[in-house]
Amino acid sequence: MAKEETNVAGSRSAKSAAPPQPLTAMSVLVLLLGWLVPGAGHLAQRRWGRGLLLMVSVVALFVLGVLMQGKVYAFNTGDILDILGFVGDLGAGGLYIVTRAYGYGRGAIDLATADYGTKYIIVAGLLNIISAVDAHDIALGKKK
Amino acid sequence: MTIQLSHFSAALVFALFASIVFGITQRNDQREMIKYGAKCFVFFALGTIAAGWAMWLLRH
Repeated sequence: MAKEETNVAGSRSAKSAAPPQPLTAMSVLVLLLGWLVPGAGHLAQRRWGRGLLLMVSVVALFVLGVLMQGKVYAFNTGDILDILGFVGDLGAGGLYIVTRAYGYGRGAIDLATADYGTKYIIVAGLLNIISAVDAHDIALGKKK
Repeated sequence: MTIQLSHFSAALVFALFASIVFGITQRNDQREMIKYGAKCFVFFALGTIAAGWAMWLLRH
């Protein structure tokens, strides 16, 4: 049973059973780069296809969310859902900074689909965090 | 500029992009990435349809 579980995990999991690698400057750099510019962590490691697909996916979700009149949360200490919304949005890195700087993402309560836009923006941020951590894992040699 | 998608198309667009990211980040091998991404997309789409019917049943 234990052997079977090991096989399943070994064949399916993205995290292989490679020995833990020490933290390197490159691994931290790609983490920050991947957060700041979606997909850039992969592109910096010459994973062109993956990097471009991640970039297109995260940027498309974020931009569609803004175009659907979704709300981009600012830093707040109010409602717990607003705080979590801010944390999710912040995950988009550079996209979040630019959007806030230009004053986009004010949200529209009169549009039924604007709430979808808000969720698009939050999920784009969360997916970007997953992408950046994936780039970090590649740099550490935990993933191919 | 404003985009207004229907509820279903918004869910499908969401499913497409989320599935791509899940496929790339959660699997090692390229073939496995495509398979896992496709599986995620199908589950997202079927889940949306199932949730839609569940809400219809609740209403009626």
